[in-house]
Parts: sequence; structure tokens; C-alpha cells
Amino acid sequence: MTTIDTAPLSYPFNLAESLALAEEYEQARNRPGLLKVQMAYGEPAWLVTRYAEARFVLGDQRFSRALGALHDEPRQSEGRRDSGILGMDPPDHTRLRTLVAKAFTVRQVEKLRPQVRQLTRELLDELEAAGPPVDLVDRYALPIPVAVICRMLGVPAEDRPRFRVWSDAALSTSSLTAAEFDANLEELRAYMGQLIEEHRQAPRDDLMTALIDARDVGDRLSELELVDLCVGILVAGHETTATQIPNFVLALLDHPGQLALLRERPQLIGNAVEELLRFVPLGSGAGQPRYATEDVEVGGTLVRAGTPVLIAMGAANRDALRFDSPGTLDISRAANQHLGFGHGVHHCLGAPLARLELQEALGALLTRFPGLRLAGDVEWKSQMLVRGPRVMPVGW
Amino acid sequence: MTWNVEIEPRQCIASGSCAAIAPDLFALDGSHARPLHDRIDEDERALDAADCCPVLALTVRDGAEVIGPRP
Repeated sequence: MTTIDTAPLSYPFNLAESLALAEEYEQARNRPGLLKVQMAYGEPAWLVTRYAEARFVLGDQRFSRALGALHDEPRQSEGRRDSGILGMDPPDHTRLRTLVAKAFTVRQVEKLRPQVRQLTRELLDELEAAGPPVDLVDRYALPIPVAVICRMLGVPAEDRPRFRVWSDAALSTSSLTAAEFDANLEELRAYMGQLIEEHRQAPRDDLMTALIDARDVGDRLSELELVDLCVGILVAGHETTATQIPNFVLALLDHPGQLALLRERPQLIGNAVEELLRFVPLGSGAGQPRYATEDVEVGGTLVRAGTPVLIAMGAANRDALRFDSPGTLDISRAANQHLGFGHGVHHCLGAPLARLELQEALGALLTRFPGLRLAGDVEWKSQMLVRGPRVMPVGW
Repeated sequence: MTWNVEIEPRQCIASGSCAAIAPDLFALDGSHARPLHDRIDEDERALDAADCCPVLALTVRDGAEVIGPRP
């Protein structure tokens, strides 16, 4: 082995201003073993790009998230993220996750479908009244998940402009210093702490009240865990869905045959959303490294104890060993067990809610505007963990 | 009193939450989770696991009656 072979590649590969999957991933998938990569900050890491190995690492308890706190974790910005529940291992992780998991099961979120449908109708009425061109992000993609998560959690939706700023910064990869990053998090925590106090004084029928009960009556989590869990649910509860709605629209506009098929057979919407979750690589790069707690062999590479592994879900979702014609968007694809929501104990808690919102938002939009098209230049988010349009003018 | 636990393999997405909640009752050692024993002693954690399964693939029965996931 030569030194050139072992020199880590600079990571992430994906361009911020596009939804394409970088070519480097395909090369990495096709060569044996794992690839060594170096992010802007932190120690070098192994990169997993194949489906089988991604599922293996994400599902194996010998890989730890919590151990990252003791290491110089690979990351895109200088500031260390306190990733809350995403940075925990069982049993701490399980203790917190079970407190909220019940609110996000398929059965619970299905009850929200009529409300979400009504909301899409109202927003589309407003778009029609305003007339084209309109910004799909600000007037449709963001308001839907924000309204839903605010109502579930018990956060006033009219505060959206305030937590929008904090939420953007929380997912930013720009060169925020560690101090700026912390200051932002403290503001968001103070905001949430205030809301929690209000809920303590006047309990309501929402998730925040249930979590306060779990703390005050059941003593099942600390005050900081309570605050951070609410912060996490608020941020994770809207940002990714709000980003994927315009991303999915862009992907469909880019594949007119698939768009026509979906319009012809609207009952395919559930399947289409799964395929879009597989096909659209949301992240600029992998994050949330898993640390080996002992020596483990992964795809022909020996991962030493104490070494971080990054999992590129977007690349694994295009692995030809798992998916036929992986680079083709096929909304009728069957048995689509993609990794869009991850895998293992950190599998997206909000997946059923995200699915429902994506199905309703996309379905209603395509039905209302048969002539939906881009009506101007897309302005991309830059320096964010998630990729997608910041502004997307559409007409119909 | 014993309960019957079952995981529907076609529904399971291997999120592993059941195995995390009660590793002595459930295992995720293949592409799907599975109960380690079909019949178990009454155990609140089995109901928690059924409630927390993101796709409701885990069912707990007391005789013929479905007691988990709880409504």
C-alpha cells in the first residue's frame, strides 16, 4: 500500500447548489473496502457508500454515537454540535426516544392527515389568489411542516421568523465560530425554556405538556434534556420536510415522464414519495459519525476501536447491488427499502409524519396546477447540512 | 399470565427500536427484527416497544385480544 492510497480524500463531495450525487461516490462504491476521508474539521474517518455496509454499521450496537463526544469528531464547521438525542446510545437514547415516539407512530400521525390536507388547500388558494410567480419555499413548503410541528409540540406558529433564524444557524455549515454557534443554541434554548414555563403554568393538550409531565411527575428526563428534546423536535420537525418538498418538485420537473405518470395515476403518490426519498440525496455530505467501540470488519476494511465511520445514505440509496437501475427515478419501484430516513436506533423518529406531509403537499400541488413550472432562477441554500432551494419561483 | 408477541417481517423496517427498548425480548440480527420468544411473561416494555415501532409492525396479544400497540 502506498501513501497516496491512504491519504484521505477531502469530504464532502456533493456540490451545495444542486441535487446531484457526486461522481466520487460511484467510484468509492465500486472499489473494495472503505474510503478514508477528511472533513474540514475533526479527525479523518472511514466512509461507507454501499447499501449493505450502511445498514450493517447503522444497525450494529458496536458502533456508537455517544463516543464521538470524547473524540475530535469529523464535521463541516468548527463549532461542536451537541446533537442531543442523535448523539446518544441506548439506554439513554431509548429513555428519551420512547417518551416522544408514541406521538409519531403511523397511527397517531394519520389522525393529522385531514388537517394537513386542509392546510395545503388553504395555502394553494392563497397562491392562486396571489398569482404567479410565487416562491414555493416561503409560501408552501415551509408553512406546511412548520404549522404541523408547532401545533403538535405547542409552539406558536407566528414565531416562525424567529426560530427560522436559529434553525438555519443550527444546520449551518458556514464558518460560524464555536462561540457564535453556542450563542445561537443558547438563544434557542432560552426561547424554548420560556415556552416550557408557560406550559407548566397552563398545561395544554400537546407534546410539550406531555414531556413536562414526564419530567415533573415521572422524573424521566432532566430539564436540559427536556429543553433540547423540544428544540430538536422543532428543528428536525420542519427543516428537512420543508427542504424536500421543493426538491421533490424539482426532481419531478426534471423527469417529465414520471411527473406525467404520477398525474395520471395519483394513487402512486405514496410510492412516488418513497422513490424520491431514495433518489434525492438531501445532505451535502454524511454527518453523525459512528465510532467503533471495538475492532470491526466492514466491507473488507478493519475499522479499529475508537475510529469514526461516516455513512453516505445518498450513495447507498443508489447502490446497484440493492436497487435495479439505481440512477433511474422510477415512481413505480417496488420493495423500496431506502435509507432516506436512516436505519437502526436513530431511524428518523418523524418518518411517518414526514411521509404524510410530503404525500399531501406534493399530491395537492400537482393536482391544483397541471401546468406547474419553474418561473425564475432557483436560489440555493448554501453552507447548510441539507441541500435545496432557498427560493424557488414557480408559475402554472 | 403470558403474552404473545409477533413482528410482521414485511412491515418491519429494522429501525431496531424494539431491540433497544428490550434486548432480552427482541433482536435485530438480520434484515428484520424478531421476537426472541413468541410467548413472554407480562412485561410493560413489550407494550412500549409496540407503541414505539414506527410502522406498527409489532403486535402484543393477551389471548385473542390485541393489547399492544396501545390506542
